Amino acid sequence: MKRCIIVGGGHAGAEAAFELRKKGWQGEIVLISAESYLPYHRPPISKTYLTGETPLKRLYIKPAAAYEKANICIKLTTKVVDIKPLEHTVTLDSGELLTYDKLILCTGCSSRKLTVPGAELDNVFSIRTLDDIEHIARTLGSNQPPKHIVMIGGGYIGLETAASFKKLGHHVTILERSSRILNRIAAEPIAAHITKLHQAQGVNIFTDKSVTALTGEHAVQAVYCSEGESFKADIVVIGVGAEPNTCLANYAGLQTKQGRIEVNQQGKTSVPDIYAAGDCTIGIEPFSGQNTTLESVPSAVQQAKMVAATICEVPQPQIQVPWFWSDIFDCKLQIAGLYQGYDTVIERVYNCDSKSYWYVKSHKIIAVTCINCPSDFQAGKKILKENITISLSELKNVVNPIIPNTSPVPA
Amino acid sequence: MLKITFIQHDGETIETEVEPGMSIMQAAIENLVEGIEGECGGSGSCATCHCYLSEQWSDKVTQPDNNESQMLEMVNDTTAFSRLSCQVKITKEHNGLSVTLPESQY
Ligand SMILES: Cc1cc2nc3c(=O)[nH]c(=O)nc-3n(C[C@H](O)[C@H](O)[C@H](O)COP(=O)(O)OP(=O)(O)OC[C@H]3O[C@@H](n4cnc5c(N)ncnc54)[C@H](O)[C@@H]3O)c2cc1C
Ligand code: FES
Repeated sequence: MKRCIIVGGGHAGAEAAFELRKKGWQGEIVLISAESYLPYHRPPISKTYLTGETPLKRLYIKPAAAYEKANICIKLTTKVVDIKPLEHTVTLDSGELLTYDKLILCTGCSSRKLTVPGAELDNVFSIRTLDDIEHIARTLGSNQPPKHIVMIGGGYIGLETAASFKKLGHHVTILERSSRILNRIAAEPIAAHITKLHQAQGVNIFTDKSVTALTGEHAVQAVYCSEGESFKADIVVIGVGAEPNTCLANYAGLQTKQGRIEVNQQGKTSVPDIYAAGDCTIGIEPFSGQNTTLESVPSAVQQAKMVAATICEVPQPQIQVPWFWSDIFDCKLQIAGLYQGYDTVIERVYNCDSKSYWYVKSHKIIAVTCINCPSDFQAGKKILKENITISLSELKNVVNPIIPNTSPVPA
Repeated sequence: MLKITFIQHDGETIETEVEPGMSIMQAAIENLVEGIEGECGGSGSCATCHCYLSEQWSDKVTQPDNNESQMLEMVNDTTAFSRLSCQVKITKEHNGLSVTLPESQY
């Protein structure tokens, strides 16, 4: 019987396994994951899981019974340590050798380490896995007095995590190296809005702060920045981005670019019978035509679907508009499309808490970012997907619906 | 345990037993009911968990909040009984609830 091995049990790995079955793969499916949990939803770990609102059993993408039903063999707490493409084998950390007919790499990313003195002290954490959150939760304890938490990095994960800590009643400070937060995913006005939101809730945000050292006896006690400034810290959480796990790909001799596995539009790598999906890849994003990595759940899921379709030799899934969300305090941030390369931004303001920013390139909408405005997000996605032309000069005017002849403005 | 019935677009009926407290989406996923994607894991951000409540049940569950109503606006094939299944919590009053699933979530 043929065997497809999937390395990595994150969003891409889990989706690939179930999609293979759905699309008609008759052979064995073996899903190998280094983590000790069944594949789970990663986004809530910095949000409602950290705050205790979502219990563990609600995080799993599918229950154990679903793997049984689909006849997917899942090996947890198991790492693939080598790939031999000519022999078509993978080596597990137990020493076991498995042969494959098809191999899918869904190894995702790991948190980027902070390379400053003191980074190895106790109570310095990253945020990528459930285990990371468990360690943080254990250190915070329950019903303990509030702690001083310093969050290094003002990306969306840092901001979400800071908001969750604040909800739990701690003193939270965010240190960002560049001149503003959310530099990578959102334009200036959004960053300004999110900054205000944090400040209103009592989170301190300092920009242009380059961390030079962490100090403390065994556990961290303070964070030092380049101008000698220091911040008291019982706990430090590092959110300075993620690095693709491409060690295996390098062993197998796969072509990489910017440290990620290069894939074509069918999810094939440069080596026969090896495919890749999710955060560890780089390739042409079908909607925008940009050569990029999106590091988002919808993109990981879509890429996994593409790979499954390729392996099962069935038509590719419909192209999706790239999108993303983040929940910070009570603010829902939703983004559709890719805003890079815009020449104009049009603002549509319902009130100070609810607005959307439309990115235009050569008179065409290429993306929209929405703050507490799901209706604009949905309209934006539809406009992008169906290539609908709307009047840009009327877009500002919230009295009119965005797409003519659709339901009116949000309440 | 409560009895919840899922009716697929092709008419297939799946009877499930669920604990009160979970959402309709979670009930579907835990009982291996196909047809709900739930990409955002239930945070009301993706609208890939669309379902239809039967008329008799639609007013016996919590009503959609502003976010959910807005998300539903552009979803394909909505009716007056459309809901995002991750936003409907099942409580002990809902024994016998029945839910129909759409043809596609995209
Ligand atoms: C805290 C946090 C919040 C996020 N919030 C959002 C959000 O709100 N919206 C959104 O769209 N995206 C969000 N993301 C991003 C999203 O989670 C990722 O884009 C997504 O998880 C990518 O899926 P993946 O399968 O490619 O990789 P991952 O989910 O990283 O999974 C990779 C898996 O492979 C395993 N692995 C790696 N190497 C090996 C090996 N050699 N052998 C065996 N197993 C291996 C890893 O242990 C891991 O389990 C968030 C991410 C984080 C960390
Ligand atoms: S699961 Fe995403 S909106 Fe319900």
